[in-house]
Amino acid sequence: MITPRYHREIPQRHRLEAGKCKQCGHISFPPRLVCPKCKSKSFETVNLSREGKILTFTIIRVGPDKFSKETPYVVAIIELSEGRSANAGVRLTAQIADCDVDKVEIGDKVKLVFRKIQDEGKSGLHCYGYKAVII
Amino acid sequence: MIGIVGYGSYLPRYRIKVDLIAKQWGADPEAIKRGLLLYEKTVPGQDEDTITISVEAARYALQRARIDPQKIGAVYIGSESHPYAVKPSATVLIDALGIGPHVHAASYEFACKAGTEAMYSAYSLVKAGEMEYALGIGADTSQGAPGDALEYSASAGGSAFIMGKENVIAEILFTNSYTSDTPDFWRREHEFYPRHAGRFTGEPAYFKHILNAGKTLLEKSGLSPKDFQFAVFHMPNGKFPLEVGKKLGFTKEQMEAGWISPWMGNTYSGSSPTGLSAILDVAKPGDNIFMVSFGSGAGSDGFIFKVTNEIDNVRDLAPKLRDMLDNDKIYLDYGQYAKFRQKIILNE
Ligand SMILES: [Zn+2]
Repeated sequence: MITPRYHREIPQRHRLEAGKCKQCGHISFPPRLVCPKCKSKSFETVNLSREGKILTFTIIRVGPDKFSKETPYVVAIIELSEGRSANAGVRLTAQIADCDVDKVEIGDKVKLVFRKIQDEGKSGLHCYGYKAVII
Repeated sequence: MIGIVGYGSYLPRYRIKVDLIAKQWGADPEAIKRGLLLYEKTVPGQDEDTITISVEAARYALQRARIDPQKIGAVYIGSESHPYAVKPSATVLIDALGIGPHVHAASYEFACKAGTEAMYSAYSLVKAGEMEYALGIGADTSQGAPGDALEYSASAGGSAFIMGKENVIAEILFTNSYTSDTPDFWRREHEFYPRHAGRFTGEPAYFKHILNAGKTLLEKSGLSPKDFQFAVFHMPNGKFPLEVGKKLGFTKEQMEAGWISPWMGNTYSGSSPTGLSAILDVAKPGDNIFMVSFGSGAGSDGFIFKVTNEIDNVRDLAPKLRDMLDNDKIYLDYGQYAKFRQKIILNE
Protein backbone atom coordinates (compact mmCIF):
# COMPACT_ATOMS: atom_id res chain seq x y z
CA MET A 1 0.00 0.00 0.00
CA ILE A 2 1.77 3.14 -1.17
CA THR A 3 -1.23 5.47 -1.56
CA PRO A 4 -0.50 7.85 1.38
CA ARG A 5 3.11 8.26 0.32
CA TYR A 6 2.15 8.79 -3.32
CA HIS A 7 -0.31 11.47 -2.27
CA ARG A 8 2.25 13.23 -0.08
CA GLU A 9 4.78 13.38 -2.92
CA ILE A 10 2.41 14.75 -5.57
CA PRO A 11 3.80 18.34 -5.53
CA GLN A 12 7.27 16.97 -6.36
CA ARG A 13 6.26 14.14 -8.68
CA HIS A 14 3.68 16.17 -10.63
CA ARG A 15 4.97 19.73 -10.54
CA LEU A 16 8.65 19.47 -9.55
CA GLU A 17 8.13 21.72 -6.54
CA ALA A 18 11.41 22.47 -4.79
CA GLY A 19 12.40 24.59 -1.78
CA LYS A 20 14.62 27.61 -2.48
CA CYS A 21 16.45 28.95 0.57
CA LYS A 22 15.50 32.57 1.18
CA GLN A 23 18.87 33.26 2.79
CA CYS A 24 21.44 31.67 0.46
CA GLY A 25 19.41 30.68 -2.61
CA HIS A 26 20.27 26.97 -2.43
CA ILE A 27 17.55 24.82 -4.04
CA SER A 28 16.57 21.54 -2.33
CA PHE A 29 14.65 18.88 -4.21
CA PRO A 30 12.75 17.37 -2.56
CA PRO A 31 12.26 20.34 -0.22
CA ARG A 32 13.88 20.21 3.23
CA LEU A 33 13.07 21.73 6.58
CA VAL A 34 16.60 23.06 7.13
CA CYS A 35 18.91 24.39 4.38
CA PRO A 36 21.92 22.02 4.10
CA LYS A 37 24.17 24.94 3.17
CA CYS A 38 23.32 27.71 5.66
CA LYS A 39 20.94 26.05 8.16
CA SER A 40 18.22 28.61 7.43
CA LYS A 41 14.63 27.42 7.92
CA SER A 42 13.00 29.82 5.53
CA PHE A 43 12.19 28.70 2.00
CA GLU A 44 10.12 29.73 -0.98
CA THR A 45 8.50 27.17 -3.30
CA VAL A 46 9.82 27.11 -6.86
CA ASN A 47 8.95 24.85 -9.81
CA LEU A 48 12.06 23.37 -11.40
CA SER A 49 12.70 23.79 -15.12
CA ARG A 50 11.89 20.68 -17.13
CA GLU A 51 15.14 20.59 -19.13
CA GLY A 52 18.57 19.28 -18.34
CA LYS A 53 21.21 16.72 -19.27
CA ILE A 54 22.20 13.18 -18.34
CA LEU A 55 25.03 13.16 -15.77
CA THR A 56 25.24 9.38 -15.57
CA PHE A 57 22.96 6.39 -16.10
CA THR A 58 22.55 2.65 -15.74
CA ILE A 59 20.70 0.10 -17.83
CA ILE A 60 18.35 -2.14 -15.82
CA ARG A 61 18.19 -5.52 -17.52
CA VAL A 62 16.73 -7.49 -14.58
CA GLY A 63 14.14 -5.30 -12.93
CA PRO A 64 12.14 -5.59 -9.73
CA ASP A 65 8.85 -7.54 -10.14
CA LYS A 66 6.77 -4.47 -10.89
CA PHE A 67 9.01 -3.35 -13.73
CA SER A 68 10.10 -6.78 -15.00
CA LYS A 69 7.98 -6.45 -18.17
CA GLU A 70 9.56 -3.09 -19.07
CA THR A 71 13.21 -4.21 -19.19
CA PRO A 72 15.64 -3.20 -20.47
CA TYR A 73 15.21 0.39 -19.33
CA VAL A 74 17.49 3.26 -18.41
CA VAL A 75 17.59 5.06 -15.07
CA ALA A 76 19.63 8.25 -15.10
CA ILE A 77 20.82 11.00 -12.83
CA ILE A 78 19.82 14.22 -14.52
CA GLU A 79 21.14 17.70 -13.88
CA LEU A 80 18.51 20.34 -14.58
CA SER A 81 19.34 23.61 -16.28
CA GLU A 82 18.88 25.95 -13.33
CA GLY A 83 21.89 26.41 -11.09
CA ARG A 84 21.51 25.21 -7.53
CA SER A 85 24.88 26.75 -6.74
CA ALA A 86 27.74 28.21 -8.80
CA ASN A 87 28.96 24.89 -10.19
CA ALA A 88 26.03 22.45 -10.11
CA GLY A 89 22.39 22.30 -11.11
CA VAL A 90 19.58 20.56 -9.29
CA ARG A 91 19.88 16.81 -9.73
CA LEU A 92 17.21 14.14 -9.77
CA THR A 93 16.87 10.48 -10.69
CA ALA A 94 14.47 9.48 -13.46
CA GLN A 95 13.79 6.79 -15.99
CA ILE A 96 14.61 7.67 -19.62
CA ALA A 97 11.47 6.83 -21.63
CA ASP A 98 11.02 6.11 -25.36
CA CYS A 99 14.69 5.41 -25.99
CA ASP A 100 16.97 2.82 -27.55
CA VAL A 101 18.87 1.80 -24.39
CA ASP A 102 22.06 1.17 -26.36
CA LYS A 103 22.15 4.69 -27.75
CA VAL A 104 21.81 6.68 -24.52
CA GLU A 105 24.92 8.73 -23.72
CA ILE A 106 26.20 10.85 -20.85
CA GLY A 107 25.60 14.51 -21.71
CA ASP A 108 22.42 13.84 -23.75
CA LYS A 109 19.96 16.71 -23.43
CA VAL A 110 16.64 15.66 -21.94
CA LYS A 111 13.29 17.13 -20.99
CA LEU A 112 11.01 15.86 -18.24
CA VAL A 113 7.61 14.52 -19.25
CA PHE A 114 4.57 13.36 -17.33
CA ARG A 115 4.21 9.57 -17.34
CA LYS A 116 2.69 6.74 -15.40
CA ILE A 117 5.34 5.35 -13.06
CA GLN A 118 3.53 2.31 -11.68
CA ASP A 119 0.17 0.79 -10.81
CA GLU A 120 -0.86 -0.40 -7.38
CA GLY A 121 -1.91 -3.80 -8.71
CA LYS A 122 -4.91 -4.35 -10.96
CA SER A 123 -7.45 -2.38 -8.94
CA GLY A 124 -5.30 0.16 -7.10
CA LEU A 125 -4.20 3.66 -7.93
CA HIS A 126 -2.26 4.67 -11.03
CA CYS A 127 0.84 6.50 -9.81
CA TYR A 128 2.12 9.29 -12.07
CA GLY A 129 5.32 11.28 -12.05
CA TYR A 130 8.20 12.50 -14.18
CA LYS A 131 10.38 10.60 -16.60
CA ALA A 132 12.85 12.05 -19.06
CA VAL A 133 12.99 11.84 -22.85
CA ILE A 134 16.04 12.67 -24.94
CA ILE A 135 15.61 15.81 -27.07
CA MET B 1 -14.42 37.99 -29.16
CA ILE B 2 -14.50 34.47 -27.70
CA GLY B 3 -12.53 31.50 -28.93
CA ILE B 4 -9.28 29.56 -28.70
CA VAL B 5 -6.41 31.39 -26.98
CA GLY B 6 -4.01 28.44 -26.82
CA TYR B 7 -3.83 24.98 -28.36
CA GLY B 8 -1.52 22.00 -28.10
CA SER B 9 -1.33 18.38 -29.19
CA TYR B 10 0.59 15.32 -28.15
CA LEU B 11 1.23 12.08 -30.05
CA PRO B 12 3.19 9.11 -28.68
CA ARG B 13 6.35 8.25 -30.62
CA TYR B 14 5.46 4.59 -31.19
CA ARG B 15 3.88 3.39 -34.45
CA ILE B 16 2.70 0.16 -36.00
CA LYS B 17 2.20 -0.27 -39.71
CA VAL B 18 -1.16 -1.52 -40.94
CA ASP B 19 0.70 -4.19 -42.96
CA LEU B 20 1.84 -5.93 -39.77
CA ILE B 21 -1.66 -6.04 -38.28
CA ALA B 22 -3.09 -7.38 -41.55
CA LYS B 23 -0.37 -10.03 -41.79
CA GLN B 24 -1.05 -11.13 -38.20
CA TRP B 25 -4.68 -11.97 -39.03
CA GLY B 26 -4.22 -13.24 -42.57
CA ALA B 27 -5.79 -10.20 -44.23
CA ASP B 28 -4.56 -8.53 -47.41
CA PRO B 29 -2.62 -5.38 -46.40
CA GLU B 30 -3.02 -3.73 -49.81
CA ALA B 31 -6.80 -4.15 -49.71
CA ILE B 32 -6.95 -2.52 -46.29
CA LYS B 33 -4.65 0.35 -47.22
CA ARG B 34 -6.64 0.96 -50.40
CA GLY B 35 -10.05 0.47 -48.78
CA LEU B 36 -9.54 2.50 -45.61
CA LEU B 37 -6.66 4.79 -46.66
CA LEU B 38 -4.77 3.84 -43.50
CA TYR B 39 -1.01 3.21 -43.49
CA GLU B 40 0.13 3.32 -39.86
CA LYS B 41 -1.12 4.38 -36.44
CA THR B 42 0.22 5.75 -33.18
CA VAL B 43 0.63 3.43 -30.18
CA PRO B 44 0.95 4.68 -26.60
CA GLY B 45 4.05 3.72 -24.61
CA GLN B 46 3.53 1.37 -21.67
CA ASP B 47 3.64 4.39 -19.37
CA GLU B 48 1.25 6.55 -21.39
CA ASP B 49 -2.52 6.89 -21.04
CA THR B 50 -5.26 9.46 -21.53
CA ILE B 51 -4.07 11.41 -18.48
CA THR B 52 -0.41 11.66 -19.52
CA ILE B 53 -1.35 12.55 -23.11
CA SER B 54 -3.77 15.23 -21.83
CA VAL B 55 -1.11 16.71 -19.54
CA GLU B 56 1.46 17.05 -22.35
CA ALA B 57 -1.10 18.48 -24.82
CA ALA B 58 -2.39 20.96 -22.21
CA ARG B 59 1.16 21.97 -21.26
CA TYR B 60 1.73 22.97 -24.90
CA ALA B 61 -1.62 24.80 -24.97
CA LEU B 62 -0.53 26.78 -21.87
CA GLN B 63 2.81 27.58 -23.54
CA ARG B 64 0.91 29.09 -26.47
CA ALA B 65 -1.73 30.86 -24.37
CA ARG B 66 0.92 32.44 -22.08
CA ILE B 67 -1.56 32.73 -19.21
CA ASP B 68 -1.41 32.02 -15.49
CA PRO B 69 -2.80 28.46 -15.08
CA GLN B 70 -4.56 29.70 -11.94
CA LYS B 71 -6.94 31.72 -14.12
CA ILE B 72 -8.41 28.58 -15.71
CA GLY B 73 -11.85 28.07 -14.18
CA ALA B 74 -12.81 24.72 -15.71
CA VAL B 75 -11.06 21.63 -17.09
CA TYR B 76 -12.95 19.02 -19.09
CA ILE B 77 -11.32 15.94 -20.59
CA GLY B 78 -13.24 13.93 -23.17
CA SER B 79 -12.14 10.33 -23.72
CA GLU B 80 -13.43 6.81 -24.11
CA SER B 81 -10.29 5.49 -22.38
CA HIS B 82 -10.17 7.38 -19.08
CA PRO B 83 -7.74 5.38 -16.86
CA TYR B 84 -10.30 5.33 -14.03
CA ALA B 85 -13.97 4.33 -14.28
CA VAL B 86 -14.53 6.50 -11.22
CA LYS B 87 -12.08 9.42 -10.65
CA PRO B 88 -11.98 12.17 -13.26
CA SER B 89 -8.79 12.36 -15.33
CA ALA B 90 -8.74 16.13 -14.81
CA THR B 91 -8.07 15.71 -11.06
CA VAL B 92 -4.59 14.46 -11.91
CA LEU B 93 -4.06 16.96 -14.73
CA ILE B 94 -4.81 20.09 -12.70
CA ASP B 95 -2.27 19.07 -10.08
CA ALA B 96 0.36 18.41 -12.73
CA LEU B 97 -0.11 21.80 -14.38
CA GLY B 98 -0.68 24.04 -11.38
CA ILE B 99 -4.35 24.69 -12.18
CA GLY B 100 -6.84 25.08 -9.32
CA PRO B 101 -7.75 23.84 -6.75
CA HIS B 102 -10.48 26.46 -7.32
CA VAL B 103 -11.53 24.89 -10.62
CA HIS B 104 -14.48 22.94 -12.01
CA ALA B 105 -13.37 19.58 -13.40
CA ALA B 106 -15.11 16.66 -15.09
CA SER B 107 -14.60 13.71 -17.42
CA TYR B 108 -16.67 13.56 -20.58
CA GLU B 109 -17.56 10.44 -22.49
CA PHE B 110 -19.23 10.24 -25.91
CA ALA B 111 -17.25 7.72 -27.98
CA CYS B 112 -15.19 9.73 -30.49
CA LYS B 113 -16.74 13.14 -29.89
CA ALA B 114 -16.05 13.56 -26.17
CA GLY B 115 -13.23 15.98 -27.06
CA THR B 116 -15.48 18.44 -28.91
CA GLU B 117 -18.01 18.18 -26.04
CA ALA B 118 -15.24 19.33 -23.69
CA MET B 119 -14.35 22.16 -26.09
CA TYR B 120 -17.99 23.21 -26.42
CA SER B 121 -18.54 23.31 -22.64
CA ALA B 122 -15.32 25.25 -22.09
CA TYR B 123 -16.31 27.76 -24.77
CA SER B 124 -19.84 28.13 -23.39
CA LEU B 125 -18.65 28.87 -19.85
CA VAL B 126 -16.36 31.64 -21.08
CA LYS B 127 -19.14 32.99 -23.29
CA ALA B 128 -21.51 32.99 -20.31
CA GLY B 129 -19.02 35.13 -18.42
CA GLU B 130 -18.57 32.52 -15.68
CA MET B 131 -14.78 32.51 -15.97
CA GLU B 132 -11.84 34.05 -17.80
CA TYR B 133 -10.46 30.82 -19.24
CA ALA B 134 -11.60 27.20 -19.60
CA LEU B 135 -9.69 24.18 -20.88
CA GLY B 136 -11.25 21.51 -23.12
CA ILE B 137 -9.29 18.37 -24.04
CA GLY B 138 -9.91 15.37 -26.28
CA ALA B 139 -7.51 12.44 -25.76
CA ASP B 140 -7.60 8.68 -26.11
CA THR B 141 -5.58 5.49 -26.07
CA SER B 142 -8.20 3.57 -27.97
CA GLN B 143 -8.31 -0.21 -28.21
CA GLY B 144 -9.77 -2.37 -30.95
CA ALA B 145 -10.24 -6.08 -30.24
CA PRO B 146 -7.45 -8.18 -31.80
CA GLY B 147 -8.43 -9.16 -35.35
CA ASP B 148 -11.34 -6.69 -35.39
CA ALA B 149 -11.52 -4.04 -38.13
CA LEU B 150 -11.06 -1.37 -35.45
CA GLU B 151 -7.59 -2.71 -34.66
CA TYR B 152 -6.26 -1.14 -37.88
CA SER B 153 -7.31 2.34 -36.79
CA ALA B 154 -7.62 2.62 -32.97
CA SER B 155 -4.68 4.80 -31.92
CA ALA B 156 -3.45 7.26 -29.28
CA GLY B 157 -3.07 11.01 -29.01
CA GLY B 158 -4.85 14.14 -27.96
CA SER B 159 -5.29 17.89 -28.20
CA ALA B 160 -6.06 20.65 -25.73
CA PHE B 161 -7.74 24.01 -26.29
CA ILE B 162 -7.86 26.92 -23.88
CA MET B 163 -10.90 29.13 -24.48
CA GLY B 164 -10.86 32.78 -23.53
CA LYS B 165 -11.74 36.35 -24.48
CA GLU B 166 -8.37 38.06 -24.82
CA ASN B 167 -5.66 37.42 -27.41
CA VAL B 168 -7.96 35.00 -29.22
CA ILE B 169 -6.20 33.12 -32.04
CA ALA B 170 -9.33 31.52 -33.53
CA GLU B 171 -12.71 33.06 -32.83
CA ILE B 172 -15.66 30.67 -32.58
CA LEU B 173 -18.35 32.15 -34.84
CA PHE B 174 -21.02 29.42 -34.85
CA THR B 175 -21.67 26.00 -33.32
CA ASN B 176 -24.25 23.30 -33.95
CA SER B 177 -24.81 19.79 -32.56
CA TYR B 178 -26.89 16.85 -33.80
CA THR B 179 -27.63 13.81 -31.63
CA SER B 180 -29.77 10.65 -31.91
CA ASP B 181 -30.10 7.14 -30.44
CA THR B 182 -28.10 5.04 -32.92
CA PRO B 183 -26.75 1.56 -32.04
CA ASP B 184 -23.56 1.71 -34.13
CA PHE B 185 -20.93 1.23 -31.41
CA TRP B 186 -20.91 0.82 -27.64
CA ARG B 187 -19.03 -0.67 -24.71
CA ARG B 188 -20.79 -2.05 -21.63
CA GLU B 189 -19.37 -1.42 -18.15
CA HIS B 190 -16.52 -3.86 -17.28
CA GLU B 191 -16.03 -4.89 -20.93
CA PHE B 192 -12.49 -4.35 -22.22
CA TYR B 193 -13.20 -3.95 -25.94
CA PRO B 194 -16.08 -2.05 -27.59
CA ARG B 195 -18.69 -3.72 -29.80
CA HIS B 196 -19.98 -2.38 -33.08
CA ALA B 197 -22.92 -3.27 -35.27
CA GLY B 198 -21.38 -3.23 -38.74
CA ARG B 199 -24.53 -2.29 -40.65
CA PHE B 200 -25.02 0.87 -38.59
CA THR B 201 -21.49 2.27 -38.79
CA GLY B 202 -21.49 4.09 -42.14
CA GLU B 203 -24.60 5.77 -43.52
CA PRO B 204 -26.97 5.81 -40.49
CA ALA B 205 -24.24 6.88 -38.06
CA TYR B 206 -21.13 8.70 -39.30
CA PHE B 207 -22.54 10.19 -42.50
CA LYS B 208 -26.04 11.01 -41.23
CA HIS B 209 -24.83 12.86 -38.13
CA ILE B 210 -21.97 14.78 -39.72
CA LEU B 211 -24.07 15.78 -42.74
CA ASN B 212 -26.98 16.95 -40.58
CA ALA B 213 -24.78 18.83 -38.12
CA GLY B 214 -22.73 20.29 -40.97
CA LYS B 215 -25.61 21.41 -43.20
CA THR B 216 -27.38 23.20 -40.35
CA LEU B 217 -24.10 24.79 -39.28
CA LEU B 218 -23.65 26.19 -42.79
CA GLU B 219 -27.26 27.48 -42.79
CA LYS B 220 -26.81 29.13 -39.39
CA SER B 221 -23.68 30.91 -40.58
CA GLY B 222 -24.95 31.91 -44.02
CA LEU B 223 -21.60 30.73 -45.39
CA SER B 224 -20.98 28.19 -48.13
CA PRO B 225 -18.12 25.67 -48.44
CA LYS B 226 -16.16 27.97 -50.77
CA ASP B 227 -15.92 30.57 -47.96
CA PHE B 228 -13.61 28.25 -46.00
CA GLN B 229 -9.87 27.73 -46.32
CA PHE B 230 -9.94 24.56 -44.19
CA ALA B 231 -12.34 21.77 -43.21
CA VAL B 232 -11.85 18.87 -40.81
CA PHE B 233 -14.12 15.99 -39.83
CA HIS B 234 -13.89 13.06 -37.47
CA MET B 235 -11.39 10.58 -38.93
CA PRO B 236 -12.30 6.95 -38.09
CA ASN B 237 -10.06 6.01 -41.07
CA GLY B 238 -8.58 7.89 -44.02
CA LYS B 239 -11.53 7.40 -46.33
CA PHE B 240 -14.69 8.51 -44.47
CA PRO B 241 -13.65 12.15 -43.79
CA LEU B 242 -12.83 12.78 -47.45
CA GLU B 243 -16.18 11.28 -48.50
CA VAL B 244 -18.28 13.20 -45.99
CA GLY B 245 -16.45 16.43 -46.78
CA LYS B 246 -17.10 15.96 -50.49
CA LYS B 247 -20.81 15.37 -49.79
CA LEU B 248 -20.95 18.67 -47.91
CA GLY B 249 -19.27 20.45 -50.82
CA PHE B 250 -15.65 20.72 -49.61
CA THR B 251 -12.63 19.96 -51.78
CA LYS B 252 -9.65 17.76 -50.99
CA GLU B 253 -7.46 20.90 -50.91
CA GLN B 254 -9.56 22.34 -48.07
CA MET B 255 -9.27 19.07 -46.13
CA GLU B 256 -5.59 18.28 -46.78
CA ALA B 257 -4.06 20.11 -43.78
CA GLY B 258 -6.28 18.46 -41.18
CA TRP B 259 -6.36 15.02 -42.83
CA ILE B 260 -3.89 13.15 -40.61
CA SER B 261 -5.62 9.80 -40.00
CA PRO B 262 -3.72 7.83 -42.71
CA TRP B 263 -0.56 8.16 -40.57
CA MET B 264 -2.04 8.74 -37.10
CA GLY B 265 -5.01 6.34 -37.09
CA ASN B 266 -8.21 7.17 -35.24
CA THR B 267 -7.39 8.91 -31.96
CA TYR B 268 -11.12 8.82 -31.07
CA SER B 269 -11.86 11.86 -28.85
CA GLY B 270 -8.57 13.33 -30.06
CA SER B 271 -9.34 12.85 -33.77
CA SER B 272 -10.93 15.97 -35.26
CA PRO B 273 -9.46 18.19 -32.46
CA THR B 274 -5.98 17.05 -33.50
CA GLY B 275 -6.89 17.73 -37.14
CA LEU B 276 -7.87 21.24 -36.02
CA SER B 277 -4.52 21.59 -34.27
CA ALA B 278 -2.69 20.65 -37.51
CA ILE B 279 -4.76 23.30 -39.32
CA LEU B 280 -3.98 26.02 -36.75
CA ASP B 281 -0.28 25.22 -37.28
CA VAL B 282 -0.56 26.46 -40.88
CA ALA B 283 -3.63 28.76 -40.96
CA LYS B 284 -3.30 32.47 -41.76
CA PRO B 285 -5.10 35.43 -40.18
CA GLY B 286 -8.59 35.75 -41.67
CA ASP B 287 -8.92 32.06 -42.64
CA ASN B 288 -12.22 30.29 -41.90
CA ILE B 289 -12.17 26.72 -40.54
CA PHE B 290 -15.11 24.29 -40.68
CA MET B 291 -15.09 21.40 -38.21
CA VAL B 292 -17.55 18.59 -37.41
CA SER B 293 -16.81 15.75 -35.01
CA PHE B 294 -18.64 12.45 -34.69
CA GLY B 295 -19.17 10.14 -31.75
CA SER B 296 -20.93 6.79 -31.94
CA GLY B 297 -24.15 6.37 -30.09
CA ALA B 298 -24.44 8.91 -31.84
CA GLY B 299 -23.80 12.61 -32.27
CA SER B 300 -21.83 15.37 -33.98
CA ASP B 301 -20.57 18.78 -32.83
CA GLY B 302 -19.86 21.43 -35.44
CA PHE B 303 -17.77 24.61 -35.09
CA ILE B 304 -16.87 27.48 -37.38
CA PHE B 305 -13.64 29.28 -36.47
CA LYS B 306 -12.14 32.49 -37.81
CA VAL B 307 -8.37 32.75 -37.40
CA THR B 308 -7.06 36.09 -36.08
CA ASN B 309 -3.76 37.99 -36.39
CA GLU B 310 -2.75 36.59 -33.00
CA ILE B 311 -2.04 33.16 -34.55
CA ASP B 312 1.32 34.38 -35.84
CA ASN B 313 2.45 35.20 -32.29
CA VAL B 314 1.73 31.77 -30.77
CA ARG B 315 2.18 29.18 -33.52
CA ASP B 316 5.88 28.59 -32.84
CA LEU B 317 5.66 28.49 -29.03
CA ALA B 318 5.05 24.70 -28.90
CA PRO B 319 5.71 21.66 -31.12
CA LYS B 320 3.64 21.44 -34.32
CA LEU B 321 1.47 18.45 -35.12
CA ARG B 322 3.04 17.47 -38.45
CA ASP B 323 6.48 17.46 -36.82
CA MET B 324 5.24 15.04 -34.16
CA LEU B 325 3.50 12.93 -36.79
CA ASP B 326 6.42 12.70 -39.23
CA ASN B 327 9.53 12.65 -37.02
CA ASP B 328 11.17 10.58 -34.27
CA LYS B 329 8.99 7.53 -34.85
CA ILE B 330 9.72 4.19 -33.19
CA TYR B 331 8.18 1.28 -35.11
CA LEU B 332 6.88 -1.77 -33.22
CA ASP B 333 6.33 -5.29 -34.50
CA TYR B 334 3.01 -6.98 -33.74
CA GLY B 335 4.40 -8.82 -30.70
CA GLN B 336 5.72 -5.62 -29.11
CA TYR B 337 2.45 -3.90 -29.95
CA ALA B 338 0.42 -6.69 -28.30
CA LYS B 339 2.60 -6.36 -25.19
CA PHE B 340 2.35 -2.56 -25.12
CA ARG B 341 -1.44 -2.72 -25.45
CA GLN B 342 -1.72 -5.44 -22.77
CA LYS B 343 -3.22 -7.93 -25.17
CA ILE B 344 -1.06 -10.73 -23.72
CA ILE B 345 -2.29 -12.68 -20.70
CA LEU B 346 0.31 -12.61 -17.92
CA ASN B 347 0.60 -14.23 -14.53
CA GLU B 348 -0.16 -11.85 -11.66
ZN1 LIG C 1 20.49 28.41 2.63
